[in-house]
Amino acid sequence: MKDKQSKGAANLQANYKINTGHTAIPKTYKLYIGGAFPRTESGRYLKMKNKKDNSILNISHGSKKDFKAAAAAARSALGGWAKRTPYNRAQITYRIAEMLEGRKMQFVAELEAAGVSKNEAQKDVEAAIDLLVYYTGWADKFQQIYSTVNPVSEPYFNFSTGVPVGVVSVIAPKESGLWGFLAAFIPAFVGGNTVIVLAEEKFSACAISFAEVLNSSDVPGGTINIITGKRKELLAPFTTHMEVNSVILYTEDKTEIIAVQESAAVNVKRTSIRHFADEKQSPYLIFETLETKTTWHPMGGSDGGGAKY
Amino acid sequence: MAKKENKNIADLKFGATIEYAPAPESNAHIEIKKKYELFIGGEFVAPEKGKYFPTINPATEEKLADIAKADATDVDKAVKSARYAYDNYWSKISGSQRGKYLFRIARMLQERAREFAIIETMDGGKPIKEAKGFDVPMAINWFFYYAGWADKIEYAVPGKNPEALGVAGQVIPWNFPLMMAAWKIAPALAAGNCVVLKPAETTSLTALKLAELIQEAGVPPGVVNIVTGEGDTGAAIVNHADVDKVAFTGSTRVGKMIQKSLAGSGKKLTLELGGKGANIIFEDAAIDQAVEGVINAVYFNQGHVCCAGSRLFVQEGIAETVLQKLKDRLKTIRIGNPLDKNTDIGAINSKKQLDTVQDYINIGINEGGKLYQDKCSLPKKGFWCKPTIFTNVSQASRVVQEEIFGPVLTVQTFRTIDEVVELANNTYYGLSAGVWTDKGSKVFQVGNQLKAGVVWANSFNKFDATSPFGGFKESGFGREGGLHGLTAYLK
Repeated sequence: MKDKQSKGAANLQANYKINTGHTAIPKTYKLYIGGAFPRTESGRYLKMKNKKDNSILNISHGSKKDFKAAAAAARSALGGWAKRTPYNRAQITYRIAEMLEGRKMQFVAELEAAGVSKNEAQKDVEAAIDLLVYYTGWADKFQQIYSTVNPVSEPYFNFSTGVPVGVVSVIAPKESGLWGFLAAFIPAFVGGNTVIVLAEEKFSACAISFAEVLNSSDVPGGTINIITGKRKELLAPFTTHMEVNSVILYTEDKTEIIAVQESAAVNVKRTSIRHFADEKQSPYLIFETLETKTTWHPMGGSDGGGAKY
Repeated sequence: MAKKENKNIADLKFGATIEYAPAPESNAHIEIKKKYELFIGGEFVAPEKGKYFPTINPATEEKLADIAKADATDVDKAVKSARYAYDNYWSKISGSQRGKYLFRIARMLQERAREFAIIETMDGGKPIKEAKGFDVPMAINWFFYYAGWADKIEYAVPGKNPEALGVAGQVIPWNFPLMMAAWKIAPALAAGNCVVLKPAETTSLTALKLAELIQEAGVPPGVVNIVTGEGDTGAAIVNHADVDKVAFTGSTRVGKMIQKSLAGSGKKLTLELGGKGANIIFEDAAIDQAVEGVINAVYFNQGHVCCAGSRLFVQEGIAETVLQKLKDRLKTIRIGNPLDKNTDIGAINSKKQLDTVQDYINIGINEGGKLYQDKCSLPKKGFWCKPTIFTNVSQASRVVQEEIFGPVLTVQTFRTIDEVVELANNTYYGLSAGVWTDKGSKVFQVGNQLKAGVVWANSFNKFDATSPFGGFKESGFGREGGLHGLTAYLK
């Protein structure tokens, strides 16, 4: 046994070609919470193989506690993000697209590492950039489609607008590395919500690299938080936490839908169950993350309850 | 200052010094049958098991009628008849034809408004002036408004191909029985759905009267089915496999149960649940108007209002004045016979609800709250609760945190905008809020920060069929009224 091992080692050594040039520096993949890149508090990792060059990478195996930290970050970022002007939110979204364009090749390589063909990877990244440009445009327009001025029968200026529902947790689709990942949360983000996204496990590296794009695009810390780890384990914290107002879930699995919708009832969370196959960019995906607020403003003097008493 | 005002107001103590002559609304020509059946497939049919329960007048405790109790078999029949109607004619006729039936209901209801108002008051205990001036006109408004949407659906959701959902199961509360039925039925039908609706067990009469009217209006059989009963009847509707959409208005507790039970069912759900509305008065407000607004906010319909302004926040500098004026105003409130046109506050809807309200009043006292009630007299029979004010309460008080659904107001003070926004939002609910100030900019500054589905500036408890209504957070999701209310019934 020992003999065999040493023989194998000898073979490896004999065949080894020394690289006298640059030795690559692999990246440590961490989480993205509150605008920073912490390691998971759990100290756990998920070993993954780069399918292109067979190198090994360790992905952070995020925990319930990491989610809690992300939820706190998302809650405290909410006020600031919702208060940004729609124009500013549009510009930041466009900035993300610019940053992504500049780092296109990196994402193509990362998707290839996850087993996507070069051709598909390229399409995916380009579609992701286009998606960002698409929602950039909606940031300062969706309100005009969503809002109404309501012709009430009393002397009030009465109007309804869409306001962010709050903290949204998002379970990304399994099918797509970048376009699907962004399609899951960019509408909510553009709508003024803050999000915590669970990346699809096999695309974890790509998702965390995308966090670097966000980090260099003037996206306020805590607005978008990205967690990597095991979907089965993290589904519960993503959907039961009291700080979460709404859940977006991509799935075809009935058991998952039941589990998520049941736990949503704890604080009347809104749930949006989506199917990747039907996914299509649309302002209605922004609308799903809005609350309607109706304001009655008197016209011509205040009215102390009218003639009711 | 406060003392002096008190003396002035004392001269105006209408309740004590001037006796109002009774001004009862005559219920002579009102027809209430001895027994009401279920409205299924366009006909009134007896429940399978032959069970009935009484409905009483909460102001007199006299029995008004026996109401059929539907069980799961009856509900199944109702859902089947709704499905049949949907498949065979309601989804086949054009929107413009659908709309005409709704217009017809609105018009016929208008013709019979007085009758509906009187029955609403007798069955539910609300003052006749509210039933006449609010509940019934609102119900008519709702049918008339949504009637016009029926042939214009594609403009409601641009870029989408809107379709009806199918059969809607709807469960409504006892506080605005007819109006709630209208809020549910009108948009559902306009969007092309058929419905099975259950009114609350203490207030079935006006929904059944509406069923008669719908029958007379020639609405195709099965398009609207009305089944009566208690919670288990509601559960049978909500959980029926062939229901595509569930709309519920009621308590947050039951709303959560429904949300949970529908998990994974694929049914579309809208919930309009409880509330603990904040009513905020700033020092620059028109104080007399604000005081009147507070009274309307919390004592309207005996406080049986999900969006009631039950938490009052007064800026410190005017707190004493406002409180005194509120107390003075309570002296002039007339509580008693709901059918009397002068009555301001009617009967509590049921013995059960009266017990709940009284339990909360005791909780408030035990928590150290300072209770104020006027020394007015109450009728001997029936269920009554004096309008109540609690001071010396804090955010942690249960009477501040929990929905009481009765004429109970809590009063807290604040100094700054930031403070009051924090206080107002510190609740699981998020249905309504009121802001009283002379500054338009302050209305928006505060209103924008309040987590509430409806914000009333210098007003409270205003409704309109064109105006979307519904809550944030645990007050539910989805909107009723306006364009937003229509989309709740579309795919």
